Amino acid sequence: MSIAEQQNQRGGATIARLLMSFGPLLFLAALVVVFTVLKPSFIDPINLFNITRQISITGLIALGMTFVILTAGIDLSVGSLLAFCGMVAAVVAKGGAANTLSLSTSGTQGYGWFAALLAAVIVGAAAGGVQGLAITRLKVPPFVVTLGGLTVFRGLTLTISNGGPISGFDASMRWFGTGLIGPVPVPAIIFAIAAILCHIVLRYTRYGRAVYAVGGNAEAARLSGLRVDRILVSVYVIVGFFAGLAAFVLSARLNSSEAVAGIGYELTVISAVVIGGTSLFGGIGSVGGTVVGAALIGVLQNGLQFNNVSSYTQSIVIGLILILAVAFDRWLKSRVRR
Amino acid sequence: MPPEAAPVLLAVEGVTKHFAGVTALSDVSLDIRPGEILGLLGENGAGKSTLLKILSGVMPPSSGRITFDGADYAPSSPQDAKQLGIVTIYQELSLIPTLTVAENIFIGRAPVGPLGLVSWRRMEQDSRDIIARVGLSIDPMTPVSALSVAEQQLVEIARALSLKSRLIIMDEPTSALTETEVQRLLSIMGRLRQDKVAIMFVTHRLEEASAICDRMTVLRDGRLAGHLDRDKGRPIQLPRIIEKMVGRAASELYARPSQRAVAGDVVLSVRGLRTVRDPEAPHAIVLDGVDVDVKAGEILGVAGLVGSGRTELARAIFGADRIAAGTITLDGKQIAPASPADAIALGIGLVPEDRKHQAIFAALGILPNFSVASLGTFSNGFGFMAERRERDALSGFRKMLSIRMASAEQAIEGLSGGNQQKVILARWLARDPKVLIVDEPTRGVDVGAKAEVHQILVQLAARGIAVMMISSELPEVLAVSDRIVTMRRGRITGEMPGVEANEEKLMELMALDSQDALGQDAEDQAR
Repeated sequence: MSIAEQQNQRGGATIARLLMSFGPLLFLAALVVVFTVLKPSFIDPINLFNITRQISITGLIALGMTFVILTAGIDLSVGSLLAFCGMVAAVVAKGGAANTLSLSTSGTQGYGWFAALLAAVIVGAAAGGVQGLAITRLKVPPFVVTLGGLTVFRGLTLTISNGGPISGFDASMRWFGTGLIGPVPVPAIIFAIAAILCHIVLRYTRYGRAVYAVGGNAEAARLSGLRVDRILVSVYVIVGFFAGLAAFVLSARLNSSEAVAGIGYELTVISAVVIGGTSLFGGIGSVGGTVVGAALIGVLQNGLQFNNVSSYTQSIVIGLILILAVAFDRWLKSRVRR
Repeated sequence: MPPEAAPVLLAVEGVTKHFAGVTALSDVSLDIRPGEILGLLGENGAGKSTLLKILSGVMPPSSGRITFDGADYAPSSPQDAKQLGIVTIYQELSLIPTLTVAENIFIGRAPVGPLGLVSWRRMEQDSRDIIARVGLSIDPMTPVSALSVAEQQLVEIARALSLKSRLIIMDEPTSALTETEVQRLLSIMGRLRQDKVAIMFVTHRLEEASAICDRMTVLRDGRLAGHLDRDKGRPIQLPRIIEKMVGRAASELYARPSQRAVAGDVVLSVRGLRTVRDPEAPHAIVLDGVDVDVKAGEILGVAGLVGSGRTELARAIFGADRIAAGTITLDGKQIAPASPADAIALGIGLVPEDRKHQAIFAALGILPNFSVASLGTFSNGFGFMAERRERDALSGFRKMLSIRMASAEQAIEGLSGGNQQKVILARWLARDPKVLIVDEPTRGVDVGAKAEVHQILVQLAARGIAVMMISSELPEVLAVSDRIVTMRRGRITGEMPGVEANEEKLMELMALDSQDALGQDAEDQAR
């Protein structure tokens, strides 16, 4: 149902439609070319794999965020939730908060990486579910609920961690953040598998159809027999799940769960989704777009770093690109409509 | 009625408007005198809005001449038009909701005291006098957001009066009003007529136009279809208007489809249905003990004016609104659908009245729009869509209903209203419902496609579906229904077989005393 597949319309509109689908991809390609010309080592496989590792954390959350934004919702709490889930994972991995500051990896009371992973995603999904229920039952707008969640989860994180990090995990857990399969970083593989699964769910299942329908017109969806509230709750469960998964991978990579992890991630994540062409008004967008959006931000950050552009300037550039991407999208839409 | 004597206030002569090669308006002429209510009627796309834009100063005509009060009229902007004495009140009201009634009336020209500061006292007094002229008795210091749509509209009219407007153009002013509010507006229009204000009443509501207008100008396909006058002071009859609007006789347009099914057993039975008053919408209509039956293979027409409770009846049966009391029986078993999902699972379908907001998913293609109510049918046990089956089903309905579309991926927005409606009908047919409720099935559907939709409804009934058709278009109700019930104020007021019904009988049952009030009031005001 992507707009490119619509084959009516005249020439100009068709080009506009194509641009709407492939515009971010073209822009990504252009960026890669520019950075390679500036510094040929940019294109080295090592650096490219580096980028995939860098984008996989926010990329994972952006996959979940795609579901949320497709329903015309938003989740501002994901950065805090990531820190909270990371802390939960650390506590489980190390067998309780008692040895908070111990750096020893030989701690014997831990429950292992699998329990840590499970705890992170369950807590993430549950937190998302609670926010989803607040949105649907209490009729508080998603923006407000998750803005509240943003501070609540940060506070919970600081409470259980006492403000400090919990560090030192065993090698089997660290592998999920730092390991390689062939030349490919494990986080990138996790991201790729998750992206493919999300794409399949949104594109080929009845659940995916329902998500687009609820986002496209909630009242019509209700009058067509969809359980709109359940679907809304489910997308917040999904983004929470991905925040938990990303938290696990991040902790594994840093060998530490930081109380201040993920600050500002919600903005990177939302930017990735929006740059990827998903409409904040719901009903339009795709996982493919989000992957491209995440890659675009990753390439931009890495390329600017590569050319010694300060991180201050980086934020300026990324912010401007976000605005331009949406402005471009709007302009294309106005051309298609006419 | 003195208009014959009065000099012409606004004269439009041979006005034409081209847009990029398309002629939206071609050689249109009309005139209006002080103290006259002129109806401007026409189907969608007939050129009404183009003419309004020209008169309200949004754009100039390509050719033709307009005079206002004897002088050439060529406003450079809507502001300019206002200053010249023509105010247009659009459907989308232009008041600022956070400001008070008085501030809105005096926006940009607040009375000032000696120090150049706003004189609130004078503003309040003046607004009180002005709103009294339109029959409003509210405190002028109330914020506009606290007013109902109808009251806001009156404030806009009051503002127009305070601008010393001599011509007020009202674009579909009654579309968002309840029955009582419509009557109040019509009687105020009658009062303004006595004050020698000229009113151009642009509307789709033929009944209202007929009740209040002294004369009518009808547009069709951007051209003048004709002018209609009252016949010895009697209201202009609907068939005359329809004939002018569609270019053929109404009887021809609403030909009663020939083959009729014999009605079977009662499928849906409603007894003593009452709905809850929503504290957030205290003016909304509630059902007040509705009894109605629909039989297999019949089309039950439900005729009622806006605010009669016809849509509320459909929504209550469909589980979309809460029920306070009463029973609904489907195939002999009592049901209590708590949501549309429940009702749909039981075999009830609803084609809602507001297609854009309640039925279509504008951003999506035709395929997902078609299958949204049958995702279970078109998916396998693992929740994956069976797209082949889905597409086959759609192409079956495409043939059966002759849906004119390019492909299943085409955005539904790109279809005409009639074809959109057919996709929505296909959405329900895919579920093979026992009961299909259609609310205003041909609203926003081109004249030509209306008959097609009617034919489809007849076919569905012939397949044994119990069809309940809600409509405010009486010719439609008469053409399609096997049996007709009328509604007013949340109650059923009458029932008769389709063949015995006629517009007068139905109108009487639908409007009763209120219709008298409406007609009488307008007549009285006219004299």
